[in-house]
Amino acid sequence: MAWRLRLVPEKTNIDFFKAQYVTFGASVLAMILTVISLLVFGLNFGVDFKGGTTIRTESTQVVEVGEYRAAMADLGLGDITITEVFDPSFRADQHVAMIRIEAQEGDEVVTPEVIAKVETSLQVIDPSITFPSVESVGPKVSSELIWSALLAVVAGSVGILIYVWVRFEWQFAVGTVAALIHDVVVTVGVFSLLGLKFDLTIVAALLTILGYSVNDTVVIFDRLRENLARYKTMPLREMMNRTANETLSRTIMTASTTLISLIILFIFGGDVIRGFVFAMLFGVIVGTYSTLYVAKNIVLMIGLDRSDKPNNGGNHEFANVDA
Amino acid sequence: MLIMPLWKRTIIVLIALWGIAAAMPNLFYAQVEGHNDAQAIADQGGVADPAALAAWPSFLPSSLMNLGLDLRGGAHLLAEVHVADAYAQRMDSLWPEVRDVLRDVRDQSGAIKRVASTPDVLRVEISNAEGMQAALTAVRGLANAVTTLTGAGQSDLDIKSEGNVIVLQLSDAEKSATDVRTLQQSLEIIRRRVDEVGTREPTIQRQGNDRILIQVPGLGSAAELKAIIGTTAKLTFNPVVNITSNASADPGPRNKLVPDITGDGTYYVIEETPVVGGEDLTDAQPAFDQNGQPAVNFRFNPSGGRAFGDYTGENIGKPFAIVLDDQVISAPTIQAHITGGSGIITGNFTIEESTQLAVLLRAGALPAKMTFLEERTIGPELGADSIAAGRTAAIIGMIAVVVYMIACYGIFGVIANIALAINIALLLAVLSTIGATMTLPGIAGIVLTMGMAVDANVLIYERIREELREGKPPARAIELGFERAFSSIMDSNVTAIITAIIMFWIGSGPVRGFALSLGIGIFTSMFTAVYVTRLIITLWLNARRPARIIV
Repeated sequence: MAWRLRLVPEKTNIDFFKAQYVTFGASVLAMILTVISLLVFGLNFGVDFKGGTTIRTESTQVVEVGEYRAAMADLGLGDITITEVFDPSFRADQHVAMIRIEAQEGDEVVTPEVIAKVETSLQVIDPSITFPSVESVGPKVSSELIWSALLAVVAGSVGILIYVWVRFEWQFAVGTVAALIHDVVVTVGVFSLLGLKFDLTIVAALLTILGYSVNDTVVIFDRLRENLARYKTMPLREMMNRTANETLSRTIMTASTTLISLIILFIFGGDVIRGFVFAMLFGVIVGTYSTLYVAKNIVLMIGLDRSDKPNNGGNHEFANVDA
Repeated sequence: MLIMPLWKRTIIVLIALWGIAAAMPNLFYAQVEGHNDAQAIADQGGVADPAALAAWPSFLPSSLMNLGLDLRGGAHLLAEVHVADAYAQRMDSLWPEVRDVLRDVRDQSGAIKRVASTPDVLRVEISNAEGMQAALTAVRGLANAVTTLTGAGQSDLDIKSEGNVIVLQLSDAEKSATDVRTLQQSLEIIRRRVDEVGTREPTIQRQGNDRILIQVPGLGSAAELKAIIGTTAKLTFNPVVNITSNASADPGPRNKLVPDITGDGTYYVIEETPVVGGEDLTDAQPAFDQNGQPAVNFRFNPSGGRAFGDYTGENIGKPFAIVLDDQVISAPTIQAHITGGSGIITGNFTIEESTQLAVLLRAGALPAKMTFLEERTIGPELGADSIAAGRTAAIIGMIAVVVYMIACYGIFGVIANIALAINIALLLAVLSTIGATMTLPGIAGIVLTMGMAVDANVLIYERIREELREGKPPARAIELGFERAFSSIMDSNVTAIITAIIMFWIGSGPVRGFALSLGIGIFTSMFTAVYVTRLIITLWLNARRPARIIV
């Protein structure tokens, strides 16, 4: 008998509905907390969405946030945020900071003269300072970017809704999309609560979470559809539990391989994409949870019409495709 | 059926081999890039560096992924073209024509006068309101049909009367046609200017109705890029009427007041209509004048040369102004009749300034002003750091997934890993072949694909395990595992494809790069998980014929 790593025993019999009101309540609570957090703290929008300029500085000297601030105080640039950046991949004498300048008047980006002024005034206090990146977005573009990002998330959800509806039943589509919204909302909530920078790449991460979560949910629904055809009289609740247990091994396996990749990317991928990877990490965990505890529960709450439908069986078009 | 026909097996193997071959250049990025550059020089008839050429054998595939700005470093600008500027220019050039046609009906319309208006509307007042019908008929003769597809059949001018004023403006159809033209001209001129600076692979794209995206890898900063493309560079040679130090002097009708470029308080009253304009230039080169000061030599085309020659012949001893973007660079006095059609612009230039002016003059003037909505500069060091970090993460991630899969599925894990390696090779191969641009989120997409690509294998293996538990013989269990898992694989991948397509369609910049590698990754992972894995398992089964298997 060859040895195998098993995260999940061969046969499980977990009752996923045992604490259905607790888990469902927790999900609803998390979403309400997100809304409150959004109202209270808002989101820490990056320059993509808010307009303004970020300058990344790099120096062999230790970053003195106070000195930086003092050096730029006379430039009349309005609100300036300075954050020091740490990363395990940095050299011992590599000190990085991000300077964020709010959007200036008018549609245009900050002028090169302003950036040059900032750079010279920082060079006065720290001659070794360099500026590896400067990004500036005008307010006109940033408001458009917000809308296109929102549109992307909504269009993504609608596309999935339609596909699941066509391939399964409308109850499944509702359950899937409820799980998706749950995942995206809770992830946004964490970004709001922790005050992490929210920019275009985070939207890409949210869309990927959509894709991942739906993937996870659809696999279970696929199995559920098969079981529905097989055990016509088994109560829905029991059948869902059976389905979830049958696919549990796969759910955990896929989540763990994806998490392995993400954790490694989080540690070694550099500070530039850390926010992005964090969103994905969190989203995969929430997505796995919502697959097991949100999507099915909603279908159970709505109930299924189990009158005999030819379309309902496991012998649908893909099943017999010779791969 | 587990047994695959030979042709199917051959195709699978060929695709996998192609993937490996076409992905390989990316492992030797520097050599291949050097080779490609040298090859390009050789193809154009230049002398290529033989060492660079020999660094990569020509018979091997040499397509590379482009590195995005965040990895290579460079400057990114999003410019908005003020397309409405062109309307005003059209109105200005329309005025003399209107004047001429109205002169023919003078006995009915009376005296004519251009009156103040917004720049994109031309208002002409006639003194005799009864003659309005005749005047309108005459002016309508100037209108032409719009030649675009959507605007076909419409007139290019909206002409109406308000009291004794004729109001002319471009029709909506003509405006949108003008917008397209203005944007295309701007694109072309920006491209020429960037090409003059000679950086590699600039991206210059139209975005939406009035925007241009410019990405130039390797350039130091967006400010530098803006200096090259941001100036209008409209050059004209105008007769000088008067020189004054009064900034608010009244220039008089059809003259205008422009300052000296040095800002020394000198103002010139010049005639609005130039003798010759920059559009008549055929060449401009940086040079030095007789005093050794940096200057720009220029040459006119025949018609420009003739106009310039005629004017200088008639106006010896008078000053004329060389005007760039409404500032006088210099206002020399005409010494002689200049017939050769060439001349020299002197001014207080540095060598850099004269070189840049020559570039701008050669490339031509922008048809409209631009403002910049977005600019990003990424230093090459930051890009190199990001590549290094991405590479480390990819390698460690790969090892971790490989070890994990083997621990979970034994020999089947090894097979899944081979499929995964082929999957990544195929993904890189496709991205290189279509010339996709790899960005940092794109790398993240690949690393994520590695994690998710094994999902299809996991689905299949878990299903095989179940079938084995139900006591099916190995071959039958494997066959059923593939068959039954396929529906789940299909559904889950289609939904993932939907999100990738939407991301690519709606997103921009980093989102697009990510969507592209994710989307292609889904296709390649389906191919490898379903076909490659199946082929290897079949071969293994046929070779070993095990009585029982453990997945």
